[in-house]
Amino acid sequence: MSVDLATVKRVAHLARIAVPEADLPKLQGELNAILGFVEQLDEVNVEGVEPMTSVTPMAIKQREDVVTDGEIADKIVANAPASEDDYFMVPKVIE
Amino acid sequence: MTDLTRLTLTEARDGLKAKTFSATELTKAHIAAVEKARALNAYVLETPEHALKQAAASDEKLAKGEGRPLEGLPLGIKDLFATEGVRTTACSKILGNFVPAYESTVTSQLWRDGAVMLGKLNNDEFAMGSSNETSAFGNVVNPWRRKGSNVGAGQGGAVEGNHLVPGGSSGGSASAVAADLCLAATATDTGGSIRQPAAFTGTVGIKPTYGRCSRWGTVAFASSLDQAGPIAKTVRDAAVMLRSMAGHDPKDTTSVDMAVPDYEAAVGRSVKGMKIGIPREYRLDGLNPEIDALWQQGIAWLKAAGAEIVEISLPHTKYALPAYYIVAPAEASSNLARYDGVRYGLREQGKDIVEMYEKTRAAGFGAEVKRRVMIGTYVLSAGYYDAYYLRAQKVRTLIKRDFETVYAQGIDAVLTPATPSAAFGIGEKGSADPVEMYLNDIFTVTVNMAGLPGIAVPAGLDSQGLPLGLQLIGRPFDEETLFSLGQVIEQAAGRFPVTEKWWG
Repeated sequence: MSVDLATVKRVAHLARIAVPEADLPKLQGELNAILGFVEQLDEVNVEGVEPMTSVTPMAIKQREDVVTDGEIADKIVANAPASEDDYFMVPKVIE
Repeated sequence: MTDLTRLTLTEARDGLKAKTFSATELTKAHIAAVEKARALNAYVLETPEHALKQAAASDEKLAKGEGRPLEGLPLGIKDLFATEGVRTTACSKILGNFVPAYESTVTSQLWRDGAVMLGKLNNDEFAMGSSNETSAFGNVVNPWRRKGSNVGAGQGGAVEGNHLVPGGSSGGSASAVAADLCLAATATDTGGSIRQPAAFTGTVGIKPTYGRCSRWGTVAFASSLDQAGPIAKTVRDAAVMLRSMAGHDPKDTTSVDMAVPDYEAAVGRSVKGMKIGIPREYRLDGLNPEIDALWQQGIAWLKAAGAEIVEISLPHTKYALPAYYIVAPAEASSNLARYDGVRYGLREQGKDIVEMYEKTRAAGFGAEVKRRVMIGTYVLSAGYYDAYYLRAQKVRTLIKRDFETVYAQGIDAVLTPATPSAAFGIGEKGSADPVEMYLNDIFTVTVNMAGLPGIAVPAGLDSQGLPLGLQLIGRPFDEETLFSLGQVIEQAAGRFPVTEKWWG
């Protein structure tokens, strides 16, 4: 499978990465090289094979449903590009 | 006094215990070496004051006879590990001046055991690369040079000539250990990022079994593949490092609740009667004859040590790399969604929030990261999930089953080359086709896909005078066997230290 320019544009938007028009063809070529490479997997018979979901067979760990952490709002916003009163500041989302 | 930076980690440990020198002297020697080696660009942040404070505390402990396992030993930390109060960037512009308010579990265990931090080490951006050429802080220089090369110390603290890459993504870790800029370093491995740079620099690197080391506080690339491990000067040093780095962590649900053995005790243990598998699928068409000769030499060494050599088949080997280039980018696209300019790092202004996200990510991510995030987004997008991601995860089951089959037949470990070639030059690979660079991980990536432990041990030099490594792959959670076998190779091959410190 290979991707056309419109698909590259759509994927860039889905990935939330601004790509200038002029860079699209180069990126298309690179993505198609990778997609061409992974196409080999079509040769493999995966009939009846379970997908790998866990690297090591182990039961999911459980713990008491209690608060174990918190009250550190100042630390959480410490690295924010914009914050006010322990809130993250973003451009207006709702008109 | 002899050059303290030339010591191995365990030699330095023993010297501290015998009071031949102090932790402060040892640390000062390393700080001086780091300052003189800036041209190698192995460190992206030096923390000498922090190191000296830790060393002074270690000297107090040592004086009282209370030395812990890594007491007073200066280490380098890959910039993928969050270090409390010390800038952590994953070598990406998007993390900017991120200063974590917390410490990664792996590094916290090193400090618990008395280690000293010299600084943060360079790596490929978000650990995506095999040559350390994608770092936002620039390329790392391999301290090794080809015979008769034009590489040397240039004007103004730079390196001149066409230098070699140290491999990646843990290029800074490998370069720093090889150049004696730390006694050992932390690293991470998603597709070969510990073992390939170790092989390129004549150092030892082990990726433990998935779940051995906590991933908590390590910048995530591909969560089902990422594992931390050490790069060190010797097999013994790697064993000592891993013992401190490993262990159960309730904060990582994939961390395994299993006792951590005394890995050092496995170094020097007999390998007599062990069955070593030689997978025929690793004998690629056009395999470099020098790599093949090294492999045969490794077989001969293990045989001489009493191991039994068995030809085996791992039929799905060739599909590991293509499956990896679906699974890893898919997980990366999901993990890297958090870098949106809101909670930390870089923010570019936009007319609305979507434009802010898009501009921030365009400015903050480098080309390789963008490519992988986009591939990942594509293979996970509606209508393509089954054809790509689900199929790749099924292939992964088959790859894992290949190993399970040979282990069930009594194989103790598998011997392969670590890389298809020695270190290559800067800019030599991947500029036209990204897949050319990806092929570097052809021997290492199966191990991540199957979640197994793998160690790279230097085993010889090629005709250009550059180090080459062999890889041993073990059963799940049997790192001990890898240390025993690795030691046999190290003993037979000798060590490969960089002899001439041409950069300083």
